[in-house]
Amino acid sequence: MTLDLVFFLILSLIAIATALGMLLSRNAIYSALFLVLNFVTVAVFYLLLGAPFIAMAQITIYAGAIMVLFLFVIMLLGAENLPETQTLPWQKYLAGGLAAVLAVEATFIFLTRARPAGEIAPPDEAVNTIANLRELGDVLFRQYLLPFEVTSILLLVAMVGAIVLIRKEKRVH
Amino acid sequence: MVPINYYIVLSAILFTIGALGVLVRRNALIIFMSIELMLNAANLAMVAFSSVLQSFSGQIFVFFVIAVAAAEVAVGLALIVEIFKSKRSIDVDQISSLKG
Repeated sequence: MTLDLVFFLILSLIAIATALGMLLSRNAIYSALFLVLNFVTVAVFYLLLGAPFIAMAQITIYAGAIMVLFLFVIMLLGAENLPETQTLPWQKYLAGGLAAVLAVEATFIFLTRARPAGEIAPPDEAVNTIANLRELGDVLFRQYLLPFEVTSILLLVAMVGAIVLIRKEKRVH
Repeated sequence: MVPINYYIVLSAILFTIGALGVLVRRNALIIFMSIELMLNAANLAMVAFSSVLQSFSGQIFVFFVIAVAAAEVAVGLALIVEIFKSKRSIDVDQISSLKG
């Protein structure tokens, strides 16, 4: 067992544990903080996979901006603890069973039937050079220029939509 | 050397936990966070494939997914705040009428 694999296993344990913590904690603030930890762990996975730019984007956008927005809304609404209202008592068990079936099935298929070829080597020195980032930008702004522009329009639409949604309606006399 | 299958299985497990969160939890904010977890699991699989294939396309897709997630969160949280203003609750079981 190589050092790589040990590192991978420890990190995946942390990722799964934090995801379960997000799912199971009663307090929404704890859930959000567990999710931040999960995002940071996934960012470390990105570093292991040789994608430092995406790792930093993950930390700044997901763990930074998006989760701060979540925490802000949780505290604004005071919605940390909802009273327990269970209308369908069998729902939790059914959902748990179905999720277990999905996880086992996916794991079985990925490990036995559909074997994606290849192993992931630890990233070499070249991944930290400016040339790597330049190449990434080259692909983004040449091959994927149109999706990039569409994304900017999408962000503009989302911004306008959010403002329209929470703006106070003017009374019509 | 870590086989790529391991990354895909980890991604599948994280996705399952996210789907379970959407099914089980009643707090709209936590359902939202579970959706983020599912997006993140898909991102992990894409970066793993991009690393094996030595191609930047997977990383670019992840970049786009992060942007879409940010847009989704902005609109979704605005909706949740609006629902809270009219219903005084964000329990998804309470939101059962079409008229606000």
